[in-house]
Amino acid sequence: MTQQLRTTLPTRGLALRGIAADSPARPVFMALGVMLILGWALFAFDGGQFFDESNIVGIQQRSAALGIVAVGQTLAILAGSLDLSVAFLMSLSSLVAAETMAQYGVLPAIGAVLAVSALTGFVNGFAITTLKVHAFIATLGVSLIIKGILEYRYDGPAGRVPESFQHLGYDRVGPVPVSALLWLAIAAAAWFVLRRTPLGYRIYAVGGGPEVARLSGVRTDRVIVATHVLCSLTAGVAGLLLAARLGAGAPTVGTDGGYDLESIAAVVLGGTALAGGKGGVAGTVGGVLLLAVLDSVFNQLEIDSFAKDVVRGVVLVAALAIYARRRLAR
Amino acid sequence: MTGICKSFPGARVLTDVDLDVERGEVHALIGENGAGKSTLMKILAGVHTPDEGTIALDGRTVSFKHPTDAQRAGVSIIYQELTLLPERTVAENVFLGREPKRRGLVDRAAMETATGRLLDELGEASFGPRDLVRRLSVAQQQVVEIVKALSVDARIVVMDEPTAALAESEVELLYRLVRRLSERGVAVLYISHRLREIFELADRVTVLKDGAKVTTLPIGELTTAGLVRLMVGRELTDYYPARATRPPGDVLLAVRGGGNDTLDGIDLELRAGEIVGLAGLQGAGRTELAKALFGAEPFTRGEMTPRRPGSVRDGIAAGIGLVTEDRKSEGLALHQSVRDNALLVARARRGRVGTPVLDLLKRVRLAPPSPEKEVRYLSGGNQQKVVLAKWLTVAPNVLLFDEPTRGVDVGAKAAIHELVRELAEDGMAVLMISSELPELIGMSDRVVVLRDGRIAGHLPADSSEEAVMHLAAGS
Repeated sequence: MTQQLRTTLPTRGLALRGIAADSPARPVFMALGVMLILGWALFAFDGGQFFDESNIVGIQQRSAALGIVAVGQTLAILAGSLDLSVAFLMSLSSLVAAETMAQYGVLPAIGAVLAVSALTGFVNGFAITTLKVHAFIATLGVSLIIKGILEYRYDGPAGRVPESFQHLGYDRVGPVPVSALLWLAIAAAAWFVLRRTPLGYRIYAVGGGPEVARLSGVRTDRVIVATHVLCSLTAGVAGLLLAARLGAGAPTVGTDGGYDLESIAAVVLGGTALAGGKGGVAGTVGGVLLLAVLDSVFNQLEIDSFAKDVVRGVVLVAALAIYARRRLAR
Repeated sequence: MTGICKSFPGARVLTDVDLDVERGEVHALIGENGAGKSTLMKILAGVHTPDEGTIALDGRTVSFKHPTDAQRAGVSIIYQELTLLPERTVAENVFLGREPKRRGLVDRAAMETATGRLLDELGEASFGPRDLVRRLSVAQQQVVEIVKALSVDARIVVMDEPTAALAESEVELLYRLVRRLSERGVAVLYISHRLREIFELADRVTVLKDGAKVTTLPIGELTTAGLVRLMVGRELTDYYPARATRPPGDVLLAVRGGGNDTLDGIDLELRAGEIVGLAGLQGAGRTELAKALFGAEPFTRGEMTPRRPGSVRDGIAAGIGLVTEDRKSEGLALHQSVRDNALLVARARRGRVGTPVLDLLKRVRLAPPSPEKEVRYLSGGNQQKVVLAKWLTVAPNVLLFDEPTRGVDVGAKAAIHELVRELAEDGMAVLMISSELPELIGMSDRVVVLRDGRIAGHLPADSSEEAVMHLAAGS
């Protein structure tokens, strides 16, 4: 028995295991590897250069905003919840950012965005825990509220982002855009929270078995509120990033990008269980990159956007079917 | 615990129960199903609060409002269903909610060392603190639960039917663990109705019956027969309908060597006009056998006439019906009307319903027979009658009843008994599971006893409760 159990620890992919600390992340990185090779081949066939600097930078830039909010979404989903309000919150954040910057400068604007997002996250968490509304409905309701505010106050882009802040959107260090570094930093922070802090342990416990957690003395409500605050904060940061790109705030920037469902898709692509309790940030990073590489391939081949959506849908369903099989196989 | 009383809506579960447990003692708590063992334990664990009575620890009166209160006071419960997170490691589960910290961060190393030390103390070497709980066997998971209890310095460990899910070989390991706990001065409250375990482990035994304490005795003063008498010692005063008047007819269902994950070597014949009682302890495989015959959790081995059902649809097509144990989640669509529920099976089969629904409802004596009412507003007894009507729409040859009178009041109980007998008289073959021995014996023309997924023996009508218990408990 000893032998058998000890040897179940994977010997392959140890480095990756170090990052992910959970096997579910492995398939997504394998898929990512396959996609990179496939992308390289298709580009070559099409007369392009996949590992060309502009393409690599493009992939990272496309990923950054989605990547940041998907990290937050990972926390919410791990705790057994989910957040549909992130897209509208990103739009709102971009507007709050641009308008405050135009008037008071960059730092107050960042503070305002973080405050607005934290509040939104708290409302989400409050509705889910204290009012006992299912997360799906609670966050849908909150997103409708934000939508109403946006439509009432804005009918187009507003505010102005100073040059200094636009660096966030466009500068890069070598082949790595600053926005991608920001994403990486946030992902690393979330990984640290999940792996090393009591909050992280409790997030897994609440998602894995709310009743188990409760009987073990975990205050489950607080954990859920905390994850929603963190999730909304990432949406706020993503909103700041979009404002830096646009040079202004826009009421549809979040929903146009489909960040709500796309972030959930990236999380589950990364092997995190939609029911919670299992998975992690590393998988989500892989999921986001996978979606971005797909995009880049589609762009190169000039496939129209309908076919693109069909393929993305197929990839998503196929990925989850594979995870389901892996679960059964154990 | 002194003078504990507890009522739930509609039923008094515990009446004036006293229980004392000493340091280092293994104290067994036994009684039939429904005797109140689990409720008493949940009161000690702070899951329920008692209506009356007090709990004292080391002479100090305590009151537990929440499970964490009890934990803090040193009471740990190991529930029948394990409460572990499968996707987390052993150490993470052991310290769940109480992770050791260093500079605000979780101290993994300390957590794993402490868990490893406790595992060593228990002599457990088959797995380590970093293994995922998902990969452990049920017995190993139980060890994790015990380690979790020890890690909070529990002074009282309550184990609720800890062997229910264990294989024979794993039970030995558990015995060893229990002995180690008591050597460490921990008081163990051991709930079981397996007599063999009790004689193996316990220092003293408290017997509960119908929510009241019968007695507490040192194990040395008891014999198996004496213990059984204390558990079931009551008279058959209830009224049951007269037995079959005719000898049983044709064999309507026969299994030879039936088996699957939980069952093995099942030989069974059900005949027209006969009620066969199926007895056994919790976890012996009674519900599983009914579901296998019906096709819900099919046999994977053995022969069966008519054809072995591979699915519920096969079972229904072969004329088999199952009145499930849990009518609220498995038997009825609670938010739908009586009519819709009664027609569930018939509609799924796309067959025409021969008898008008209203006649069926009258036949099962639904009172009043109002077909438009949502079933969730009916009493337990009436709900059960709707389940029965549901099956009568497709006129099955064989009806399997799993605890048909659970949660049903006395009047409706008698009505259901009469109905079941009537169906048998009309030529149906009936299999009935009941944990209430008087009911099982009172209703059945013969009794089949299951133990550990196998048939332990057959008994004729009017056998004694002792005889059934002896076979079921394997003593």
